[in-house]
Amino acid sequence: MTRRLLTLIGTLGVIMPLLAGNPAWAVNPDEMLSNPVLEKRARDISQELRCLVCQNQSIDDSDAELARDLRVLVRERLIAGDTNAEAIDYIVARYGDYVLLNPPLKPETYILWASPAVLAILALLAVFAFYRRKQREAAATTTSLSRDEQARLDEILGTSKDDGRA
Amino acid sequence: MRFSLAVIPLVLFAALAGVFLMNIDKDSSVVPSVLIDKPAPDFSLPPLPGRDKGLSKADLTKGQVSVLNVFASWCVPCRAEHPLIKRLSREADIPVFGLNYKEKDPQDGVKWLAELGDPYTAVGMDLSGRTGIDFGVYGVPETFIIDGTGQIRYKHVGPVTVDVLENVLLPKIAELKG
Repeated sequence: MTRRLLTLIGTLGVIMPLLAGNPAWAVNPDEMLSNPVLEKRARDISQELRCLVCQNQSIDDSDAELARDLRVLVRERLIAGDTNAEAIDYIVARYGDYVLLNPPLKPETYILWASPAVLAILALLAVFAFYRRKQREAAATTTSLSRDEQARLDEILGTSKDDGRA
Repeated sequence: MRFSLAVIPLVLFAALAGVFLMNIDKDSSVVPSVLIDKPAPDFSLPPLPGRDKGLSKADLTKGQVSVLNVFASWCVPCRAEHPLIKRLSREADIPVFGLNYKEKDPQDGVKWLAELGDPYTAVGMDLSGRTGIDFGVYGVPETFIIDGTGQIRYKHVGPVTVDVLENVLLPKIAELKG
């Protein structure tokens, strides 16, 4: 019984990943180019372009009709002799920067790109300020013993002479 | 010093809440078109089967404000907005062109218009969807307002509703007509 169960689990372990599907399967065999170099470039470009129908997928991942049309279009541009950048620009000219999964660095996106660094610096400054203040507060609260306390301490320690600290 | 530090989180929270509040009504699935205030792309589309006039860029540059409505028979929201496209065609008194986007069968668009009525001045058939891509179409229906020189001046993504027709499209058209 146990052995059968184990066999079943083992079989499922092999079959399930196959059923779950590989994201690369969104690219249908009939779309692929016979030239492996061009096909590789087309795949690289497709992974950079957002599918506007299902906005958090690249056109490489998406099964949407428009994603398919754009994948075919990218391949046509490459066959026509476009560089990767030219093929991407061709799509951007029609759909805007929004199709780029990696936002480009330009004046409108300076804030976007700078914000992680700015936030990190601010956070570091805040941490630094926090510890400095704690240190200063600690220093300020360490007051000397009063005359009575010093006398009492001396008495306990058995030293009779006052060392002059107030 | 202490007080001002304590206020910072409050100010940050208020600023963030403000940003969220400003965007709460915004549909994040609507992507602004890069083609606004740019000339419409060059295109030339064949007519629907049995008709003799297709649609091309020349139709959009005749000195008259026009509307280009992207529709398809397989698109359910297109069916929903169709009566409003008819109303637009009646009330705006300008050419309303149709771009029949990616039909599986060329006859589908013809049948659809025969069933629901044809408000279009002319219809171009875009079986491959290439002209659609040139116009930056990503979800039918889409409706473009184009000025007399062929510049795209406004784009509405998704079905036209009574609210959009009366408060956005018609005023925009009136403004462009001058």
